[in-house]
Amino acid sequence: MTDELQLIFNGERLTARRGQSIAGALLASGRRSWRTTAAGRLPRGLFCGIGVCFDCLVTVNGVRDIRACQRPATEGDVVETQDETLPLRRTEKSR
Amino acid sequence: MPRPSDVIVVGAGIVGAACAYALSRAGFVVTVIEAKAAASGTSGQGEGNILVSDRGPGAELVLAQYSLTRWDRIEQELAEYLPTGFPELEYELKGGVVVATTEAGAESLLAFAGTQRPAGVTAIELDHDGALALEPHLNPEVTAAVHYPQDAQVQPVIATEALLAAARTLGAATIFGEQVVGALRGPGPTITGVRTDRDEYPASQVIIACGPWSAQVAETLGSWLPVRPRRGVLLVTTRMPHKIFHKVYDADYVGAVVSDDHGLQTSSVIESTAAGTVLVGSSRRQSGFDQSLDLHAVREIARKAITIFPFLADASVMRVYGGLRPFMPDHLPVIGPDPLVSGLWHATGHEGAGISLSLGTGDLITSLITGSTSPVDPRPYAPARLPRPDTVEVPA
Repeated sequence: MTDELQLIFNGERLTARRGQSIAGALLASGRRSWRTTAAGRLPRGLFCGIGVCFDCLVTVNGVRDIRACQRPATEGDVVETQDETLPLRRTEKSR
Repeated sequence: MPRPSDVIVVGAGIVGAACAYALSRAGFVVTVIEAKAAASGTSGQGEGNILVSDRGPGAELVLAQYSLTRWDRIEQELAEYLPTGFPELEYELKGGVVVATTEAGAESLLAFAGTQRPAGVTAIELDHDGALALEPHLNPEVTAAVHYPQDAQVQPVIATEALLAAARTLGAATIFGEQVVGALRGPGPTITGVRTDRDEYPASQVIIACGPWSAQVAETLGSWLPVRPRRGVLLVTTRMPHKIFHKVYDADYVGAVVSDDHGLQTSSVIESTAAGTVLVGSSRRQSGFDQSLDLHAVREIARKAITIFPFLADASVMRVYGGLRPFMPDHLPVIGPDPLVSGLWHATGHEGAGISLSLGTGDLITSLITGSTSPVDPRPYAPARLPRPDTVEVPA
């Protein structure tokens, strides 16, 4: 049994080591961020690394909101970044 | 000894901040004393609701309607007193939609809306298709809905900080991390300031604006209030594509707000936030100052939310938070002079409506202290209305 496994990240092949989390595999591949903040579109990736902050969310095999730091990488995982259209602010001006 | 104040406000939640701002603007020398930090209690633990939809005709609605006119222009008004770069209050007139999913629920919802309209609440009746046009992801079982375009929201922590910062520009002092432990007394039943765990602060008037903690502070200062904590829990989902466009409540919400039940009550209050998360409430339970995780409430809130928006069944809950509302047995806030202690005032007991009613409360108490015309009839909120237990003695 080889020590390596293959993931697909946004359509690209990514090699991970067995036992690594998805976040670990992304960091090891040189990726520091894979999400943006809602308002300022600032880059976010791993922050707490222990499943608390929800900053590192990705879609894995079609399921949204997976914490990359908590999910062990498994052979053939299809990992995608996720983004959201934000609520339109209806302020007094547009009433 | 610190400078003498015209008015000391105990508590730097939204109500204390609104009182401090209104009084400073009226020319008083104000000192705010807060045991912890600004908005560290109830004000920072809710949704920032500014609602008219959950009230029938009566004194609370009158104060809510007046307050709404103040919220409409407060950001402009505060701009003059805030440093450049102060964050926006995130005031948003997003409107509410109350939804019934049963025939019985539809009937009582529409009847309630019928009582609100003559009192000046805009309540637009929607049929099944109309409701789905406003909120396309609603449970298609919806039997009736009412749209309340006047419902708004604000970021309550920023709003509290803004009111305090504006008060400071107008000369107020704000003191954090000091606990009020007693009253300075004049001759007879008169308060002439407060003692904290660090210092003594003389003042002509003292206002208690400590939300659910007001009963303890009132006792410390020689008076009495029947305010009790009523707990609430909220769920926060992860960010998701925007699917909820108003504040959406189930028709049971009004019943829960006005009930006296001590046990757990839940009813759906669901909305998207500017960040893309969804806030899911709400619960009400009287269980003292207990703030441990209430998993039973969390489950029930989640279950009910799914009956309103079935797509939430797949949503991930990222956090659970909550706090304590200042509950009043007669469901009206306490705003006005203490009947026992001269110079002591109350501004509390707003239950879940403190953000909404804060600006009206600040204006009302300022008018009572200056003796000018009140923006609304002050009598329904007067502390003197409260039946006092025999065990409370008038201080000598």
